[in-house]
Amino acid sequence: MTTNFEYKKDYNVIGTNPIRHDGYDKVTGRAIYGADVKLPGLIWGEVLRSPYPHARIKSIDTSKAEKMSGVFSVITSKDIPINQNKNNDNLDQIQKRVLNVNLKRDVDNILANDKVLYKGHAVAAVSASDRNTAKEACKLIDVEYEILEPVKNVDESIDKNAPILLEDLEADHLGKIVTNTNIAKHFRHELGNADNDFKNSDYVLEKEFNLQMVHQGYIEPHNATAHWDENNHLSLWSSTQGMFAVRDLTAGFLDLPISKVTSNYVEIGGGFGGKTKVYLPPLAAILSKKSGHRPVKMIMDRTSVFQGSGPAPGGKIIVKIGVTNDGKINSGAVDIKLEAGAYPGSAIPAAAVCCLACYNIPNIKVDAYDILVNKPKSAAYRAPGSPQVSFAVESVIDDICEKMTWDKIDFRLANASKEGTRKPDGVLYHKIGFIETLEATKKSNHWNSKINKRDKNKIYGRGLACGYWHNGGNRSTVDLILQDDGNIALNEGSADIGGTRTSISMQVAETLGIPVENIHPSIPDTDTIGFTATTGGSRTTYATGYAGWEAAKKLIDEMKKRVSILWEVPQEEIMFKDGVFCSQTSDLKLSIDELASKINPTGGPVTSTASVNLSAAGNGFGIGICDIEIDPKTGKTDVVRYTAIQDVGKAIYPQYAIGQIQGGAVQGIGWALNEEYYIEKDGTMANTSFLDYRMPTALDMPNIDVILVEVPNPLHPFGVRGVGEVPIVPPLGAVANAIKDATGTRLYNTPMNPIKILEVIDNG
Amino acid sequence: MAKLFLPYHLKKETNNEDFVQVEGKNLREVIDNLDKMYPGTKEHLVEGNRIKPGLSAICGYSATRKGLLQELEEDTEVHFLPSIAGG
Repeated sequence: MTTNFEYKKDYNVIGTNPIRHDGYDKVTGRAIYGADVKLPGLIWGEVLRSPYPHARIKSIDTSKAEKMSGVFSVITSKDIPINQNKNNDNLDQIQKRVLNVNLKRDVDNILANDKVLYKGHAVAAVSASDRNTAKEACKLIDVEYEILEPVKNVDESIDKNAPILLEDLEADHLGKIVTNTNIAKHFRHELGNADNDFKNSDYVLEKEFNLQMVHQGYIEPHNATAHWDENNHLSLWSSTQGMFAVRDLTAGFLDLPISKVTSNYVEIGGGFGGKTKVYLPPLAAILSKKSGHRPVKMIMDRTSVFQGSGPAPGGKIIVKIGVTNDGKINSGAVDIKLEAGAYPGSAIPAAAVCCLACYNIPNIKVDAYDILVNKPKSAAYRAPGSPQVSFAVESVIDDICEKMTWDKIDFRLANASKEGTRKPDGVLYHKIGFIETLEATKKSNHWNSKINKRDKNKIYGRGLACGYWHNGGNRSTVDLILQDDGNIALNEGSADIGGTRTSISMQVAETLGIPVENIHPSIPDTDTIGFTATTGGSRTTYATGYAGWEAAKKLIDEMKKRVSILWEVPQEEIMFKDGVFCSQTSDLKLSIDELASKINPTGGPVTSTASVNLSAAGNGFGIGICDIEIDPKTGKTDVVRYTAIQDVGKAIYPQYAIGQIQGGAVQGIGWALNEEYYIEKDGTMANTSFLDYRMPTALDMPNIDVILVEVPNPLHPFGVRGVGEVPIVPPLGAVANAIKDATGTRLYNTPMNPIKILEVIDNG
Repeated sequence: MAKLFLPYHLKKETNNEDFVQVEGKNLREVIDNLDKMYPGTKEHLVEGNRIKPGLSAICGYSATRKGLLQELEEDTEVHFLPSIAGG
């Protein structure tokens, strides 16, 4: 069912680090981001958000706001077209178009209907001549609430007396439909018989871990500009990882055919999974229509981003691992309860696979629970679900190694997943590179060096942890156009988050045998390129690159036809290598640029298109080695050395791959040490600015050293596996294990901040 | 014959076997034949002409993108699992 590719070792373009195509525009500030979009007659939209984490909306009076000078329109949930059709068949038709999204739930998330379920939940929106007028008008909207008790965490949510968030929820608990519950889903994976086989273990360790919700922290806030014109056509510009998802979801909410919606590409200032959701575009669109078809712009402030957009779930994870005296893991059980936020849909499906994916364990039992709490509906964040479970599992693995006096890398090598191992969900691995990654770690300078104990007043420790992410496939489209000067115009539909214009262009250039500078990539709108799935799941260099490779092969075939016309020889006699066509029967040769100048008499322009829908993924593994320095007086913990080792399959653009890994590692370190949604007793988030939500900056971090391991993915023409998500997985466990090494005490809860460190030191 | 690994909660429908072997050239045929062997299982896997929303069918190593049209070779492993999204 899948093609297994064979690989060259040497490439002309792949593996080099050319100047990125979007580099000049981005460093000079010319690149257009969502906030830069300006249209004639543009007005502003603003959102009124709930001050309460859990309340019933008794009434909304918008009359004062509507009368305010400068205000064009005010909307509430009843103005969303899909809400006006909730009971008709049309909703089902729309729902079928937007797979795997519960539109009824999502529409309540973008504008609350009868209840608000988190502080910051959107309640109404206003359009006005300027942003300040819109903000002032929001203050004139009277909302009468019946305040309800908030559910702040997993423990409170599953308590039998807990307030119920969604009274109409029909939850699937192991195949049974359950009502009156905050557990939105419970499923299980089972391999062998873990419950029984723990009896055969020589040592069993079971521990509980708790994590707090964290945010992706993208610098550019959510934004949208919408123009719903008099011809009933809607044009959108928004910061998103997936312009097609914005089109489809917005069309769904607005009960419009997708052909009536054009989603335009603008640059994205960070997403990390958080911009796979849609918040503002439908609101801006409705405001546009209700404001005399004026274009409307909306931008979240940072507080709204924290309170009103999707973070990564916190939760509770219980890990039980059994080993035998010969150094083998014979059983593993993981109980995962992740905070979905206000509506179902946390990352439990991925977490349930990732938790024990690094290890070849014959008996596995994983129970996963999607838990509703009065916090924003969670969203993806780099390898969603995997950092949380890896933190727990890698901590337990580390403690087992210490208890049994086993070498931490040798133990992992003895139990490492490889081709033919079953993941916790039962699916077999094809060729993977975890063992090679462990071996590279064992040989690394970092692992073989002593910790630099530069200050005798500080405490030092080293930790190591592993992580897994499956990486995605899905749909992508690439169009190629041979220009008359021999250059290639490339259109593709993937939002460029991590330099994918260039990584896709490089795969096309390699196939065509021309310099990547001769490829000119563009990302047009949703009317101009074939469907391309959201940039997420580390899929873009893999899947859109695959489409680029196929489009380049088609272009070569078409060019061969044209050469055969020019040379008046059969096409079969024409060879193509390194950008040059040559005859097998004569000395005739023609480069692509020479052909381009002669092409028009042979039939006009040469173009090609390739669309793929890839099922295959290239499983990725990463390892982090972390050295920390603790100030015992303050509890402040600094990472003083960190090395990330990762199997990337094939690094198309090594500096991009290294950059992705460095960024992921830093985000994981921030998650481990400082970041959290600090929730007050009343259920509200206390730290809604970057002053109080402490993300690491360049001043906090050492250089992140990276070792690229390249075990080609047999399912991709150049061996690509996907890079961007794996590196955030190991740091939580690596930092935790380093703290244990430094202090002798295990921390079971994130963030492992100075307060917790001081408690350990004071008690130790 | 394909080797079908069913979700945990359906295992009791198939006598708690780790997998069941079912004839069929493609996923649609296999699920239809499964339902003949174990009546009622199909409704847990299929909605109309597609795999049930929220479920993925893993055919071999990875989730199929062809839905019920996915061709199946002899001894292909098919797993029905909760859909996974990435970041």
